[in-house]
Amino acid sequence: MSTDRVHADHVHEHPTWKQYKWVALWLFIITVAEVWAYYIPALVNSKAFVPSILLMMVVKFTIVVMFYMHLKYDHHLFRKLFTGPLTIAGITLVAFLFLFGKL
Amino acid sequence: MATAAAAGAHEAHEHAHYTTTGLNHRKIAMWAFIGSECMLFGSLISTYLVYKGRSVVGPFPHEAWTSPTGQVFKPILNIPVTSASTFVLLMSSLFMVLALAAVENKGKPGYEGLLGSSKFWLAATAAAGATFLGFQAYEFTSFVHEGLTIKTNLFGSSFFTLTGFHGTHVAVGVLWLMTMLFIDMKRGLQPKDAINIDIMALYWHFVDVVWIIIFALVYLIK
Repeated sequence: MSTDRVHADHVHEHPTWKQYKWVALWLFIITVAEVWAYYIPALVNSKAFVPSILLMMVVKFTIVVMFYMHLKYDHHLFRKLFTGPLTIAGITLVAFLFLFGKL
Repeated sequence: MATAAAAGAHEAHEHAHYTTTGLNHRKIAMWAFIGSECMLFGSLISTYLVYKGRSVVGPFPHEAWTSPTGQVFKPILNIPVTSASTFVLLMSSLFMVLALAAVENKGKPGYEGLLGSSKFWLAATAAAGATFLGFQAYEFTSFVHEGLTIKTNLFGSSFFTLTGFHGTHVAVGVLWLMTMLFIDMKRGLQPKDAINIDIMALYWHFVDVVWIIIFALVYLIK
């Protein structure tokens, strides 16, 4: 019983060094793409700029949370503890933007 | 008798650290704390976005501004410097997971030498965090010299509050990292201590993901 308790949150294997380095490389590439997009006036002035920056932001956020914070591998309770408040924060943000005429 | 008492004490100790879910209660607490932090930063980011573009006087983040006295203020945000600090913070997250892996696998094949040393990776993470804080101190100082303070306009108020809160979190993380590094140097962290590094790593990565959002919403989107 006690052994089960001790190991319950370490049941799933964490990523390997190689996977961690791939994750870092992808984060670097996406960050370079974000900054590169910022310096292209034609792209900045287009309607695709904001969605593309937001998309890259979400991808980076998800990669860090899933692989570096081990949410992909850890217990589902941790996922609920994180995604619940994150959803509330996201809804609050969108509600405020709507209320103040930003959407 | 003594052995039974010791076993009882050990069991009591485990009861103190593990819940009926079988999960470490400190790790649950850290995830709950991170959840509350999501809402804190969600409100700060909402405030920044609501006030965005509503400043009556400059300096402005992405546009030049000429004051009534004729003084010209260039766009205040320095994207190359912030991109460099973003890169440093992203790399610190890599160093952090390598520190955790080094503690979890201490003594195992493949984890010898400098690159398998938890001390090295903890020191590298703390150094990267301190470098990020250095970039932020430089940015804040240059903004004040260019005429933007927390009282100048809505942009200054919301920007310094948001990034200041984030910087404070980074500073707390650096102190935490240096504390763990001190413990590692004093007695050596063992695989049984991995949960302590795991909890600290969760906090550090959260600080990183908050910056990912700030960098995109505040610095890149005009």
